[in-house]
Formats: sequence, C-alpha cells, structure tokens
Amino acid sequence: MSQAIKKVVAEFLQEAGKKDRDIVVLCSDSRGSGAFGPYAEELPEQFVEVGIAEQNLVGISAGLASCGKRPFAVSPASFLSTRSMEQAKVDVAYSNTNVKLLGISGGVSYGALGMTHHSATDIADMASIPGMRVYLPSDGPQAKCLMKELVKDTDPAYVRYGRNAVEDVYEEGNVPFVMDRATTVREGKDLTIIACGEMVWQAKKAAEQLESEGIHARVLDMYCIKPFDGEAVRKAAEETGAILTVEEHTAYGGLGSLVAQLTAREHPTRVRSLALPDAPVVTGTTPEIFKHYGLDAEGIAKAARELVG
Amino acid sequence: MEAQEWTRLAKKAVDIREEVVKMIYRAKTGHIGGDLSETDILVDLYYRQMNVSPENQKDENRDRFVLSKGHSVEALYAVLADKGYFPKKDLETYSQYGSKFIGHPNNKIPGIEMNSGSLGHGLSVGVGMALAGKMDKRPYRVYVVLGDGECGEGSVWEAAMAGSQYGLDNLTAFVDRNRLQISGTTEQVMHQDSAEERWASYGWNVLSIPGNDLYSIDDAVDLAKHTKGKPTVIVANTTKGCGISFIENKAAWHHKVPSEAEYQEALKELAERRATL
Ligand SMILES: Cc1ncc(C[n+]2csc(CCOP(=O)(O)OP(=O)(O)O)c2C)c(N)n1
Ligand SMILES: [Mg+2]
Repeated sequence: MSQAIKKVVAEFLQEAGKKDRDIVVLCSDSRGSGAFGPYAEELPEQFVEVGIAEQNLVGISAGLASCGKRPFAVSPASFLSTRSMEQAKVDVAYSNTNVKLLGISGGVSYGALGMTHHSATDIADMASIPGMRVYLPSDGPQAKCLMKELVKDTDPAYVRYGRNAVEDVYEEGNVPFVMDRATTVREGKDLTIIACGEMVWQAKKAAEQLESEGIHARVLDMYCIKPFDGEAVRKAAEETGAILTVEEHTAYGGLGSLVAQLTAREHPTRVRSLALPDAPVVTGTTPEIFKHYGLDAEGIAKAARELVG
Repeated sequence: MEAQEWTRLAKKAVDIREEVVKMIYRAKTGHIGGDLSETDILVDLYYRQMNVSPENQKDENRDRFVLSKGHSVEALYAVLADKGYFPKKDLETYSQYGSKFIGHPNNKIPGIEMNSGSLGHGLSVGVGMALAGKMDKRPYRVYVVLGDGECGEGSVWEAAMAGSQYGLDNLTAFVDRNRLQISGTTEQVMHQDSAEERWASYGWNVLSIPGNDLYSIDDAVDLAKHTKGKPTVIVANTTKGCGISFIENKAAWHHKVPSEAEYQEALKELAERRATL
C-alpha cells in the first residue's frame, strides 16, 4: 500500500487532539501542504494560523509549551529548519520547551521548485542543536508509532517527512518499532545498507535485487537520527564488514557522517555514502532527482555491488 | 501615457498571460494565480519604465528588479523571453529534467538579478541594491515585487524600516495586494489591512492603486520617481488570476493546473480580450 506520511500524521493528531485539549497544531499558511485542513475544521480552538511567518510560528509554539500546551508546529522542512532555526535553538531546544517541529514536504519533495524549497541540510541543521531530537520516519505505519511516542513525551523534537505518497515498508499493526532504536528491515551478512526516511523503501528494494544475485544485504532503518542508534551501527560493522548509507540529504553532517564517525571510533569499517550533492540539485520530479544521484533502488544496488565486489 | 502606448502594453499583457498559461499547462506545475495578478506590473516595468534590455544586462547603471514573490516566476520568464534575454523556445524546458528554468527565479538565467522563492527576502536585497546605488552615486532605480501574504514575514518590515532610515528614494516596492494567499484570504489567514497605513507608519511614500490598470501603474511609477527622501510603496490592488474569469479571485488557483478544457477556455478568453484591443 502507498500513502502519504503527512496524512497519517495529521489524522493521528486529529484523533489525539479530540482527547487532549492541550494538543495544539500551528501552521504558517501550510495547512493544505501538511494535510491539516480537516484538523483545522474539526478542532478550530486547538489550531493556530500564524500566516507566512516561520520564526513567529516556532516562537509562539514555545510560548504555548511553556504554559502547558503540547504544540506541533507545521511548516515545510526547508523553511522550518533554516528560517526559524534560531527559534528552534533558543526558544525550543535551549529552553527545553515541549515543542514538536513537523518539517513537511521534506528533502526534494518539491522537485522542480528548486533549492529554496528543498531541505537538503535539515538533518545537519537540527541535529547540531543540543537538546533537539531528529526523526525521519520511513512510511505511514512507522510514523504513527513515532507519533504515539512523541505525543506522550515532553522534550523537543524535529520530525521530517515528505510530500508525496510512499510505499509502506512495514505492515500496519505489525511494525517492529522500538523508540530510538534502528529497525532491522531485513537481515544479511555481506554488507549493511543504512537508510532513513523515504530512502528505506528504496534500500529494501535494492536488497531484494541483490539477494537474487547472491548478495545478502542487511537493511537498517535509522529513522532515529538523534538520539542515534550507535549500537546497531557497531553491530553492523562487526557482523557485515561494509556499510552503505543512503539519505535524502547532503553528505555534510547527515546520516553518512554520523555512521562514519561512529565506525571510525568503534569499529573501523568500509563506509560509502549515497547522498545529495553539495550543490543545488538537478531540476526534475522527485523520482528523477533520486535517479540522477543514485538514490533509487537501482543506484543503491549498484553502489552495494561496488562496495562488496 | 498615450492611448496608443496603452494599447501596446495591453497587448503585451495578453501575450504574457497566454505564455504563462501555456507554460503551466505544458509542465503541469506553476503558480498561475500570482502570475496573472502581477502581469500588468511586470509589463509596465519591463516594456516602459525600467532601462533594462539584453544589451545592457552588464551595465552598472541598469535598473534592478527583484521578484520577491518568487513563486510567480512564470510571468517573469515570459517577459524575459519576449524581451530577447533567451530564446522563447527555452521556455519549453520549464520544470523539465535538467532545465535551468526551475519554479523560482535563479540568476543563472539572463535577466534575473537575484534568486528567490523563500518569501521575505527580496525587500532586504532591494534595500542593499538601493544603498549601493546611493554609495556610488548611480542613477539606477530598484524595483521589488512582494506578495501580500508575504508581508506576514517579519523580515519584510525590517527591510521597510531600513528603507526609510536611509531615505532610499531610488527604491520602489510593489505589494501585489490580491488579498489571497494559499490557505484563504489574507484577512482570514493573517490580516494585512490597512497595508497603506502600515507602510506609511514605517516612513514610506504610499500609493494605493487599482493594480491591474496599466494607466494607474504607470502613473504611480512616475510619481515614485519624483518622490525625494523616502522610498515608495505601490499597494497594487490586484485580482489574483486576473484575465481568466474562472481563475480570478479563488484561493485554490494559487497553484492549480488547468485541465484540458480549462486550458482551451483560458486561451479563448485571452483571444477575446486581444480582439478588443
Ligand atoms: C518563507 C516561505 N514560507 C512559505 C512559502 C510557501 N509559499 C509559497 S507561495 C505562498 C503564498 C504566498 O502568498 P502571497 O504572498 O499573497 O502571493 P500571491 O498571492 O501573489 O501568489 C506560500 C506560503 C515560501 N515560498 N516561503
Ligand atoms: Mg496574495
């Protein structure tokens, strides 16, 4: 089945909001993009529209949180992670307010709209802030598990997901989810492909292809970028001897860097990283962009063959 | 402006609208509402008021233009192609794989001064351009087009303060006051009334005009040129989607793509308009 994570998240918060009047969703002229239209209709008293003002969005959320509300601030990941970065740092993370930042239309979801609309640095931006957790769910069912945890806890977090429908990696109701632990999507001994967000499904497809060629790839879903599951990476390094990371993000300060740092320290291993370039990405639809940079199943399988061959 | 000149510009405005509709229909993406709303402003600036052309694009004294509401780039592409900055045929690549014609302004494209797309940047950049002009005693003028929803960004008002602080009478900002943004009317989403009083209180010369009327636009730009000691803002009271009846004044048409039937209907309406000129 394929579904957009944004719909799953918005529907989850609509249900949760009906039971907990302290849940508040804030949008910056982004309710349509975030699929929060129905939420705003049903729970107008728990919805705040701030207009096109991302800094204000996050600042107001922090104020609400400091008075006991449980705000979810929704804006395109590109603007949320850069325009309101100082509010995220000072008013949310440093002040430890219970604000959840929902970065919608993340990565290269916006295709041909270009660099202003892509969030290719948000993992680095947000993970570098002390006290900010960072999550990139890979599909709808997993996003729901994650939201169940986030709606309960009281610490800051940034969640990034895409705009378009994505294939389910997991089965609804049967998601192998443990908070802040990478999910093993499949076992393997020849190498480990570590991916996050939409890249997990591509990695899974690649592993299926590789399997038919006799290469047994383990696939890890590192939806929890921070806190990072270093133990899963160390085990992968020990047991499979080679790691390929895949992310819809620049190589600077992303998943690949985190994996390389950890393996260098704990178990030096061959690590290869597939990522977006250190440049504005090529113009195209999201699938065209993925293909261009080898961030699709085919590109991942090719890099994996090179790594183990 | 003479009646004959008005007719020339009015025909250009139809040409530009037609090109916008074609580009967006072909690529199945684009911000049609904001394109059609700003078209008359671009036409007056590019075909009459600004001293810009492919020949003078490196001239330090050329006027500067910044499309701060960068999502409305298709109308700007159509104008620049028509003025000869690049072949019209290039527009066929708009939003296609590998094209440099993306969905927002990019200064790799001849005629585009500044990248935009993230709202709330252009006026600050315009202030910088106007300041540089003052520092170097250059005669050029700077024009910035803002969206009314965009004025929700605090940075617009930081730039507004700086513009009057430095007495930038070489700077003219347009607010495309179409009263709509993505989620609905500006007054529902984040009110902007009275835009005129706000800008006046920030120390700007304020002109409020019917924003799709070429005579009014042209007169306002002339007045701005003759205003000394402060920047001018032209609050252009436009119609979002102007020129195509079923697109006009509907929030949903912010970035909707016409169906085949709507496309034909849009072209028909534009042809009818041309026939009256
Ligand atoms: C900083 C930033 N936030 C959000 C957006 C997404 N966005 C693109 S257009 C738009 C609405 C713009 O409305 P307005 O300024 O009134 O433009 P117009 O009506 O002329 O299209 C929004 C919210 C953006 N491009 N930049
Ligand atoms: Mg508007």
